[in-house]
Amino acid sequence: MSNYDLIVLGSGPGGYVAAIRAAQLGLKTAIVERENLGGICLNWGCIPTKALLRSAEILHYMQHAKAYGLAADNIRADLDAVVKRSRGVAKQLNQGVTHLMKKNKITVHMGAGKLTGPTSLTVTSDKGSENLTAKHIIVATGARARDLPFAPADGKRIWTYRHAMVPAEMPSKLLVIGSGAIGVEFASFYKDMGAEVTIVEMLDRVVPVEDADVSAFLEKALKKQGMNILTGAGVQSLTSSASGVRAEIKDREGKVQASDFSHAIVAIGIVPNSENLGLEGLGVAMTKGHINTDPYCRTNVPGLWAIGDITAPPWLAHKASHEGVIAAEAIAAELGNKDAHPHPMDAKNIPGCTYCHPQIASVGLTEEKAKAAGHKVRVGNFPFIGNGKAIALGEAEGFVKTVFDADSGELLGAHMVGAEVTEMIQGYTIGKTAELVEGDFIHSVFPHPTISESMHEAVLATYGRAIHI
Amino acid sequence: MAIELKMPALSPTMEEGTLAKWLVKVGDSVNSGDLLAEIETDKATMEFEAVDEGVISKILVPEGSEGVKVGAVIALIGSDASDVASDAAPVATPAAATPPPAPVASAPPAPAAAPTGERIKASPLAKRIAAARGVDLASLSGSGPNGRIVKADVEAAGSASAATVPVAAAVPAATAASPATAPATSPAIPDFGIPHVDEKLSGMRKTIAKRLTQSMAEAPHIYLSVDVQLDALLKLRGELNAGLADRGVKLSVNDMLIKALALALEAVPQCNVSFGGDVLRQYQRSDISVAVSIPGGLITPIITDAASKSLSKISTEMAELAERAKAGKLQPHEYQGGTASISNMGMMGIKHFTAVINPPQAMILAVGAGEKRPYIVDDALAIATVMTVTGSFDHRAIDGADGAQLIKIFKQLVEKPMGLVA
Repeated sequence: MSNYDLIVLGSGPGGYVAAIRAAQLGLKTAIVERENLGGICLNWGCIPTKALLRSAEILHYMQHAKAYGLAADNIRADLDAVVKRSRGVAKQLNQGVTHLMKKNKITVHMGAGKLTGPTSLTVTSDKGSENLTAKHIIVATGARARDLPFAPADGKRIWTYRHAMVPAEMPSKLLVIGSGAIGVEFASFYKDMGAEVTIVEMLDRVVPVEDADVSAFLEKALKKQGMNILTGAGVQSLTSSASGVRAEIKDREGKVQASDFSHAIVAIGIVPNSENLGLEGLGVAMTKGHINTDPYCRTNVPGLWAIGDITAPPWLAHKASHEGVIAAEAIAAELGNKDAHPHPMDAKNIPGCTYCHPQIASVGLTEEKAKAAGHKVRVGNFPFIGNGKAIALGEAEGFVKTVFDADSGELLGAHMVGAEVTEMIQGYTIGKTAELVEGDFIHSVFPHPTISESMHEAVLATYGRAIHI
Repeated sequence: MAIELKMPALSPTMEEGTLAKWLVKVGDSVNSGDLLAEIETDKATMEFEAVDEGVISKILVPEGSEGVKVGAVIALIGSDASDVASDAAPVATPAAATPPPAPVASAPPAPAAAPTGERIKASPLAKRIAAARGVDLASLSGSGPNGRIVKADVEAAGSASAATVPVAAAVPAATAASPATAPATSPAIPDFGIPHVDEKLSGMRKTIAKRLTQSMAEAPHIYLSVDVQLDALLKLRGELNAGLADRGVKLSVNDMLIKALALALEAVPQCNVSFGGDVLRQYQRSDISVAVSIPGGLITPIITDAASKSLSKISTEMAELAERAKAGKLQPHEYQGGTASISNMGMMGIKHFTAVINPPQAMILAVGAGEKRPYIVDDALAIATVMTVTGSFDHRAIDGADGAQLIKIFKQLVEKPMGLVA
């Protein structure tokens, strides 16, 4: 029986960050993990997929060497080596988290945690079980891929992201079901690696959470790369055999047609890991399995907190990390630490990044949602073809779009597609968080030559004064 | 290079405070953890500790200054003694014990937030929205980093002044009222030439005045009284105390009444509520604020989750809280919050009284003296120890029948007190 100030259940990007922040604030902290320190994000999610996509990107450059005046012959991809590199990257970061736990004197309990009260839990592993108590507990157990109800993933022909990350063989003809971030990232990876790819999206456009202009641009770009995109379409059945999968797909017109694929990736969303944690017994309020929280990540049960994918959307690693910090600071404040000043989360300022090819990055409201929220908007758009650096890089496909409130000059949203945009969105995010208005962006000096000049030009374009178009 | 020493936020809701006393002077060396000053908030006086080390090179806000905004620079700490000279006013010699008083000599009276002439920290968006809506930024307190005024602060101010009904739009998280929204100005007292002494109100007295006025003005009170026989409770208390003596615990009648009220609130959650204009918040825990009389006023330390605590735990917590309350050493989280209150004037021999609800709570229990009275027991006149209790309920939030049910269950719990230890 060990007694802590704080136990964090789950060591993903929400949990381990919460634990470190709590330790910094002087709390006696423990973390419980059933599988790998670092959780899905750095073992099976964000990070290893970026390693895979980097290999695909370099392959793409090699294949297009001629466009840069270079010659490369006998280009081929070694899928096993690509996957091995990705696993190596994941392992390195996993060890990094292990080190951070040790450095911050956070006790790691490996095993499956189950709450026995708002401030107590048991950890069960092969070695037996132990009871832990704490003044506060943060639930950060995350989420997993949602299965198709009629065709659960088997890892052989029907994959989730997790199988797609460590493929035993290269798919020749791939069906990607769902065009959210995970779907289009794997579609891009396998397309660049040489597979024939079909994406099926139930809604009327790809990446449906993004701005409609971004969706339209991406769809065109993916089609140009040779992908088959079916929007407004649904997979009615998926039958796995030794040689592949057969899918019955109902198209936009309602016509059902059967097609054969070598593999299918199911990327239709997530389900929270909220079962078998003892939450129901404690009367924790939930919505469709996701725990309800206040802006400081408190649940309705005193002493029990929740962060990350197990709570409300957006389900993003950096949102989980930020909530981890908020919860740790709020807990420290409740325990009497006067230096902890938690600030509530503002969901409008959480950026999103998708690493398909071309990349997508955005923050805030889409034009459509801004109008629906009653804003009178001013919108500007700057295409990369007007940016010298993008042309020099041979990456002139893309644009930056900004949505401002016409009355107040508030930046309501920014939407980008094209090379390097995931590294640039933070500029707008800082501006939004600091509540800058159009004049602040206009008066900022952007370095030349960079693609980020497009961010400046988009704001200028919003106010009818872009220079390079 | 001087380090700016800023007015600390000693609680999440603190927006300004009185710099009651400096415990250091210019030229003093300070180390992390040294006490620098005493800061008086609306209810308590707290000590402000040093985080950085160095030499106090300049004091910008003299002691006794009221309405010092959180985040305002109150003094400068230099890295060594030479900074005293460089940071002090040019005319002062290093040997002078105290440099000339600060430019920010006395802050304007509350509720004006920003001292005159001080730069107002506001985001560009907040400034623009304030200009468009005609909101005076100087009247606002900022919730952003370092007290920066952000959009939400301006919008909150805009909606508050536009509202015609003087009811808060949401239930405040803590009981501290925002000074920006409560002018609480009273007319000057006419002078009839009677010999008198005027004493300046303390922060606590101002808060008491403001909140009790607000409560009586906004919350329609209803009062429900009942007589409660105490003999069984007194007998149980004697037995329990005999058993607890070894542990140094001595239960008071009030400790047992705290628990009884908490259990009654759990049984009748309709009374464990706050009225929030367009929402009714029902609490899922009973945190009992206990009125404690202290020099110069009154404070209500809280027994959190009293229903699930043992009587001995309530007793030890209460003794400790009351002691620190009397010393003015309570932390804000120890007296801000609470879901219902109890006020006991029995020890003063008061037979019956009604109490003013402590907003945003919606009920308070006023407890009179337990005294021997002629009482009908089993249809015969007998002598019993009886007290009269009166619940005050915010009738916007609580119906009379629910209030009566709460009082009834409280009476049962006291008269059959085994429920308090079960």
